[in-house]
Amino acid sequence: MFAAAAIALLVTAALALARAALGPTVFDRLQAANTIGTCAMLLVAVMGFLNGRPEFLDLAIIYGLLNVIGMVAVLKFFRKGKLGEADE
Amino acid sequence: MNLALIIDLASWVCLLAGSFFCVVGGIGLLRMPDFYTRVHAASLTDTLGAGLILLGLLLQAGFTLVGAKLVMIGLLIFFASPTGSHALTRAALVRGIAPQLADPPEASSSKP
Amino acid sequence: MPGSWRTFSLFLFLLLFWWLLSGMPAPFLLAAGVGSALLVVWFARRLNIDDHEGHPVHLAWHALFFYWPWLLKEIAVSAWQVCRIVLDPKLPISPTLVRFKPSQITDVGLVIHANSITLTPGTISVEVSREEFLVHALTREGAAGVQAGGAMDRRVSALESWPRMFS
Repeated sequence: MFAAAAIALLVTAALALARAALGPTVFDRLQAANTIGTCAMLLVAVMGFLNGRPEFLDLAIIYGLLNVIGMVAVLKFFRKGKLGEADE
Repeated sequence: MNLALIIDLASWVCLLAGSFFCVVGGIGLLRMPDFYTRVHAASLTDTLGAGLILLGLLLQAGFTLVGAKLVMIGLLIFFASPTGSHALTRAALVRGIAPQLADPPEASSSKP
Repeated sequence: MPGSWRTFSLFLFLLLFWWLLSGMPAPFLLAAGVGSALLVVWFARRLNIDDHEGHPVHLAWHALFFYWPWLLKEIAVSAWQVCRIVLDPKLPISPTLVRFKPSQITDVGLVIHANSITLTPGTISVEVSREEFLVHALTREGAAGVQAGGAMDRRVSALESWPRMFS
């Protein structure tokens, strides 16, 4: 059953990857990247259970944090052209 | 023993339903016509898909440290995913990407 | 709720977080946890973020037992509707932008309202300010669901004003 969930997550990541390749605007690609990140985080968690090693969840937490911070950082970079300054 | 079977069954149902919503979100990401509607489809994966998969795993883990970490991941998605979506759509609107509307307000129409 | 109590509860939350992540009750690790929790609390005090916005623990009770269950139900219902729209061969969407004035007073209330709107599939808050929310909805029916005086607006206002008698 874990394997079914893992396959479904891989399919979702593949669909998002197609959108990232097609996406006309940069924001479509970013949304696709965010979805891929969510899928990867869930996939890490599911794989931990599949292999009987739930310690993988720590990695999933870090992946989720990096996903959010990474997307906001890329957005800020697109708006400002640099990351160093305070917002607004 | 019987209870264990019921919990197993419930967790399988949750995992399958979560997988279903994840894939539907992915399909929506491909089918939707413009950026803003695609974000709606992706939020399906972020909320119910991720939530049900985590719930299924939580039923397998029970009241352990593993379960606590699953709850942490759930809370992280719960708080961070809407913030990310909002930042993305706001940046798109500031950039001047006009949404396709069903009934355009007054200016130029975009939807056939 | 006085500031010192809030700071103490922040310390307790951080300590619990450390303990859940480490999972080992070894004395050295627990001592290190107390040390880093104190360090983070000190940083939070210096940054002035251990206040009612940075650590809104006074909302926890009402949020946990009244608001979140309702929000989860809303998320499930609207996710099912969006799911049916995505799988419909005709793709019956009618994207709509709505503007309305939220009735919340505090910044925390506004953030909770905007986040709840975005968390519900089918509606995204695009622009958020004290005077006006700009919401993009996937369908006209979804757009009718968010408005001033709507169910979500009323519930968030109740959530933010509930603990005022205790603060």
